[in-house]
Amino acid sequence: MLRFVLRRLALMVPVLVGLSILLFAWVRALPGDPARSLLGERATPEGIDRINAAYGFDRPILEQYFLYVKALLQGDFGNSIQTSRPVVESFTERFPATLELGVTALVFAVVVGVPLGYLAARNQGHLLDTLVVSGSLLGVVTPVFFLAILLKLVFADLLSWLPTSLRADPRIDATHVTNFYVLDGILTQEWDAALDAAMHLVLPALALGTIPLAIIVRITRASVAEVLHEDYVRTAEAKGLARSTISRRHVLRNALLPVVTTIGLQAGLLLSGAVLTETVFSFNGIGQYLFEAIGQRDYPVLQGFIIFIAIVYSLINLVVDVLYGVIDPRVRAA
Amino acid sequence: MRAMRRGTVGLAAAALVLTGCADSERDEEDSASGGTFVFAGSAEPVTLDPFFASDGESFRVARQMFEGLVGTEPGTAEPAPLLAESWEVSDDGLSYTFALQDGVKFHDGSDFNAEAVCFNFDRWYNMPESAQTDDLTYYYAALFRGFATGDRADAAIYDSCTADDESSATITLKKPFAGFISAMSLPALSMQSPTALEEFQDDAADNPRTTEYSTAEPSGTGPFKLESWERGEQITLDANDDYWGEKASIDQAVIVAIDDPKARADALRNGEIDGYDLVGPADIAPLEEDGFQIINREPFNVLYLGMNQKQKPLDDPLVRQAIAYALNKDEIVSASMPEGTETATQFIPSVVNGFADDVTSYDFDPEKAKDLLEQAGAEGATIEFNYPTGVSRPYMPSPEDTFNVIRTQLEAVGLNIKPTADQWDPDYLEKIQGTPDHGIHLLGWTGDYNDTDNFLGVFFGAKSNEWGFDNAEIFDGLTEARGVPTPEEQEPLYQEINRQVMDFLPGVPLAHPVPSLAFSPDVEGYQQSPVQDEVWNVITMN
Repeated sequence: MLRFVLRRLALMVPVLVGLSILLFAWVRALPGDPARSLLGERATPEGIDRINAAYGFDRPILEQYFLYVKALLQGDFGNSIQTSRPVVESFTERFPATLELGVTALVFAVVVGVPLGYLAARNQGHLLDTLVVSGSLLGVVTPVFFLAILLKLVFADLLSWLPTSLRADPRIDATHVTNFYVLDGILTQEWDAALDAAMHLVLPALALGTIPLAIIVRITRASVAEVLHEDYVRTAEAKGLARSTISRRHVLRNALLPVVTTIGLQAGLLLSGAVLTETVFSFNGIGQYLFEAIGQRDYPVLQGFIIFIAIVYSLINLVVDVLYGVIDPRVRAA
Repeated sequence: MRAMRRGTVGLAAAALVLTGCADSERDEEDSASGGTFVFAGSAEPVTLDPFFASDGESFRVARQMFEGLVGTEPGTAEPAPLLAESWEVSDDGLSYTFALQDGVKFHDGSDFNAEAVCFNFDRWYNMPESAQTDDLTYYYAALFRGFATGDRADAAIYDSCTADDESSATITLKKPFAGFISAMSLPALSMQSPTALEEFQDDAADNPRTTEYSTAEPSGTGPFKLESWERGEQITLDANDDYWGEKASIDQAVIVAIDDPKARADALRNGEIDGYDLVGPADIAPLEEDGFQIINREPFNVLYLGMNQKQKPLDDPLVRQAIAYALNKDEIVSASMPEGTETATQFIPSVVNGFADDVTSYDFDPEKAKDLLEQAGAEGATIEFNYPTGVSRPYMPSPEDTFNVIRTQLEAVGLNIKPTADQWDPDYLEKIQGTPDHGIHLLGWTGDYNDTDNFLGVFFGAKSNEWGFDNAEIFDGLTEARGVPTPEEQEPLYQEINRQVMDFLPGVPLAHPVPSLAFSPDVEGYQQSPVQDEVWNVITMN
């Protein structure tokens, strides 16, 4: 297992090198000029020249790439052009927000999705099944931003039950230790702050979690339905085993394999879904920051953040593969 | 089942262990009597050292913590005493003597006096070359034309500062600068504590905007002091109990960033914030209907239709005049701008020095427009019309709507319009200001302080891609007016330039749109300012 993990980690290196080259070329191929974006209406030709010289944008592109890689190898991702802050600092500051949101969305999708899918498969053709299947279809086809705006309209504007923006109420004096706000509230026993942060998570997590929820429901349903028709399930039933034992030991365990793969893939996709969700809810995670950076042609932020996201995505996939081995011993042997 | 129970017990144990393993840093003494004012801007400030800022959001925070020698009369752009009680200008316009307020202290406890004034002026002038780029020091460089070192050293107009005594400082310039007093009201030129700057700031740092001073230890003389800046979340300011002027009645002001105007409106409705800036035109009426307050700033801006003379037939004055006559500005304003917006006759608002009542005005006359086009042989000519999408600026609240009205009006006189839309940031500005590849276009400007050069000089001070013309008369006239020592002497010069510009007609000034702020009914006493000199010590929360 260790060798497997190490090999997978080693494989990430060429992927990241390739990605860095592609990214470097891509962000520079975008039309527009970071210096002009920085200076806005106040840009003068001399002002732009001075900025380009200061940031090295006037040097040959190959030289810029080698300087960038050289700095990368020393762990230096550069500074944002807009804020002049180190890219790593902005990322570590904002990543907990996105992780907190992503995990909440995923937990929601799994906790609701797996049982629903299972129940639908157990009751194929019944009303529950029809409702779940059509509901999940609706979930898959609804765009995230539309759902986000709809949720905001209903729960915030009309009902005023939940907050619409930011990660916490600015009026609450909360202590931040880890930057995971709910966790911070628990750690410091500032219960009002923990509750407030949790409330701020609800709408964005629902919006972000709906598509994964719908997909997990559908995969679980299909997978469970397939396993239910396997010979070993029929044998177990014939042996007179309790239904709950069959479900747990024979059905779920075997049906979960494709579900786990799906969850892993969805976990990665949540990162990209977060860009839209965070923007709509003014939730200060990496998604919102990345969205702004694209508009501002903030090269170092775009490059740095996308590389970080790629690393996170690869690590999630690795965890999924390891989990695979836990669920299915045959994979471990191979 | 056993496994699950074990899991539950484990989780509960973990929660118990975790709980209370970090200390709350909460201020236990809850003396909240004046309340907290939560305000949403559109972005996070870039830095808390206003000298290195040129963005409105950094300035908004700076206005609360810092003060300049000069302020503005409430609700106007007129200069007024602030840290300087009064000032005298020498006849040659080269030296300014400021009489300073007594008994003023910086937030770090050090004294504000003439030496502190000179420390600030000398600091600005002696900026290291690494900090002489426009992203860091745009305003100082634009106003004082250069630094002690660097490629603009010869053009620099600052000479020296002398502390005559504790409460009197004299600034000497190398060349006259009539806008000097107005410029001193800019937040970038606020007075900062020399002690704090020496201890926490490093102007030669790679990023002087991210030093300890710029993020955690700013020290000014204003009615609020920094409590904390949680990056990406909020800035919290505490009322300054030792403030020399009118002390704040609120205890705390919190500034958050919400990018989307609609999201800011939602947050206000939902009680998450108490007020916000840059209200979207579509939100004004519904918010008012629901009992929220809309406060309009007196417009200090101009929206214009630029005409790039590098593109034919815009090089023909008759065609430019035809376009001007074809525009019905009243219709443009009523269809695409907030209530209270005035139509524009020239490229400066009426309160700016040098406004001329007798410029050529090109009142709406479609028949005349058709005649002019015929004379120019340009009937049915195709003209490219550039406009931005995905943006709302104070001077241009809804460019797509404005574009549609103008397009219809131009087509009505027989012009053939080829629309070109671009994303505002950064494609549109790049195309308009960075290349000659555009025709007629929408753009504008919001003034930073009351100086004519801050409008006309920005637009027509030199040859540019945006306008595509070379008119020595206008360029030289502006250079001359800038060098005249007093605003009184400048006035006739600028009036003449305004007349020349409107005869030459490089573009059509359209309107001075009203920028709006929105507040909850609980907020009282917010004082708007055309140049956004809005300080929150005068606010009360019910």
